[in-house]
Amino acid sequence: MATAQTPPAPVAQDPEAGLPAGAQPAAISGTAAGVAVPGARRELRRRPDRGMLGGVCAGLAEYLGVEPLAVRVVVAIVAGAGGIGIGLYALAWALMPTAPGTEGLTPSRSARMKGAVIALLGLGVLVGSHRVGLAAGYLLIWPLVLGACGMALVWRPAVSSGGQGRPARRMSLLLYLRHRSGIDAPRVAIGALLVAFSSAAMLHAAGVLHSLGAAIGAVAIVATALGLLFGPWFVRLGRSLAFERAARIREQERAEVAAHLHDSVLQTLALIQKRSEDAHEVAGLARRQERELRRWLFERPEAGTPGSMKSQLGTVAAEVEELHGVQVEAVIVGDGEMSARMDAVVQAAREALTNAAKFAGTAQIDLYAEIAAEKVEVFVRDRGVGFDPETIPADRRGVRESIVGRIERHGGTCAIHSAPGQGTEVELRMERAT
Amino acid sequence: MSRVKVAIVDDHRLFRAGVRAELGELVEVVGDAGEVSEAARMIARTRPDVVLLDVHMPEGGGVEVISRVSKDLPEVRFLALSVSDAASDVIGVIRAGARGYVTKTISGADLADAVQRVAEGDAVFSPRLAGFVLDAFAAEGRSVDDPELDQLTPREREVLRHIARGYMYKEIAQRLGISVKTVEAHVSAVLRKLQLSSRHELSRWALQRRLVSLDGP
Repeated sequence: MATAQTPPAPVAQDPEAGLPAGAQPAAISGTAAGVAVPGARRELRRRPDRGMLGGVCAGLAEYLGVEPLAVRVVVAIVAGAGGIGIGLYALAWALMPTAPGTEGLTPSRSARMKGAVIALLGLGVLVGSHRVGLAAGYLLIWPLVLGACGMALVWRPAVSSGGQGRPARRMSLLLYLRHRSGIDAPRVAIGALLVAFSSAAMLHAAGVLHSLGAAIGAVAIVATALGLLFGPWFVRLGRSLAFERAARIREQERAEVAAHLHDSVLQTLALIQKRSEDAHEVAGLARRQERELRRWLFERPEAGTPGSMKSQLGTVAAEVEELHGVQVEAVIVGDGEMSARMDAVVQAAREALTNAAKFAGTAQIDLYAEIAAEKVEVFVRDRGVGFDPETIPADRRGVRESIVGRIERHGGTCAIHSAPGQGTEVELRMERAT
Repeated sequence: MSRVKVAIVDDHRLFRAGVRAELGELVEVVGDAGEVSEAARMIARTRPDVVLLDVHMPEGGGVEVISRVSKDLPEVRFLALSVSDAASDVIGVIRAGARGYVTKTISGADLADAVQRVAEGDAVFSPRLAGFVLDAFAAEGRSVDDPELDQLTPREREVLRHIARGYMYKEIAQRLGISVKTVEAHVSAVLRKLQLSSRHELSRWALQRRLVSLDGP
């Protein structure tokens, strides 16, 4: 029975070696791509992507730097010889975190076939050892195997995979039960049942089962007394733990808000104090800050998807506001993806806004865009001095090239309505499809 | 003609003082309040024609004020005044019964004008609100099972688009060759449709918008 009861040292080390390593983010980064980087600390992690059953042996082999097959054969023999290896394998499976990026992966079919062959080898050893009379310890071994499997079931969910840079958590069952999210009641129940059964079996084997009744009674009385004594303390402990956690989260959020306000609002307020004699500049600063803060507070869905036409137009409007100290009242209806044509529209709109900001002499410009499935319409309107479109000087490239030319090159149409004293409106129209 | 009686409800004292100063002699400010229950009492006491209402306040915001007041005092009219850009908030307060929505950056004269129009029973749509409404009614795939929400007439849509482009009612009337009264009638009709369409449809709209903005067109 020597082989069965003295498992290979690395297997016994599984929990101790694997889990603390997972708690160190620096170590995680070393194997982030699933490749052992030379010099980086190697970790004991399951490799379900390379394994045959759960990736325990593959992970072990990677950790030890040996052939996976060697580990597998050793494990199979140990498993066969008395069966304790099966329980240890189950425990290792439960306790070893998976390697980052391999969560949810399962071994390939051919790997499973090979695994079956090796399992047969283990079975052979099992039967063989039975034949030669090495099975004397079965009464103790099998309860141990079952108990280990049960523990594996109970512990499994408490050990996070350690992927995504999160430290692998290890907590007591009690804490785990309190930490209720994602608990798998049937699994824990089956595991507990297995452990209880194996305990009973071992007690039976040791010949003490008959006196169990009295023992249970005594234990129950002591437990009740302890519960009455320490129960309130436990409850308080639990509450204060939850409270602390909530307080910590609040504190984190507060720090984040404070940091943001410092970087943005306080800086702007300081700037405003410095420039308080320049009303124009102050108004611009205030507006920019307002927009920025509002975006941060509301994360508005109407701001559009990053990179979408809506967000591009919004950005352009904000840029013109900032650059020229005017207010752009941007109203954008609908949204759509960008393309070369849509980019032309956005750039032309930008040019129209810039023109209005520079030449209209008003503080406010209206931008209205309607982004439909088949076409896009953009209107840029100001109530400024206006001009006679017939007499645009040839050197005013802004209007001719950047607006009209750009839109017409892409097959759109452009109209400019203006008259001296009447303000200006630029209309841009473009089909979306080619 | 007597001046319009106005009450200001906003949880920022500084802002209330600012609006008072801006409105000055153009209207008669009869009271202000900084929170929902105080506002309800103040409105019941002072009987203003128009309440300038902040969308965002503790204890339920503008929507709550409207729901508390309008049962007993249906003649009091509300004009939402907010810095909020969130479409759902703005549409929410409109649906609760506000007659319009303007942003806080509006000038004193324009605000007084808006108050006057609301007092006369008209709807006041800022370009932004017009954009929100067009967005709401433009969402696709609703025509079949959604008779109420889909009924923006082409004319109403045209009027809304002009408002969104920054035109004033008078200019819109001129451009479309209709009277200002007709423009006002169109806007009021849109407001009514917005308030009558079922809650279910509007939440669906919100959902669709989110989907649209996530996945592109």
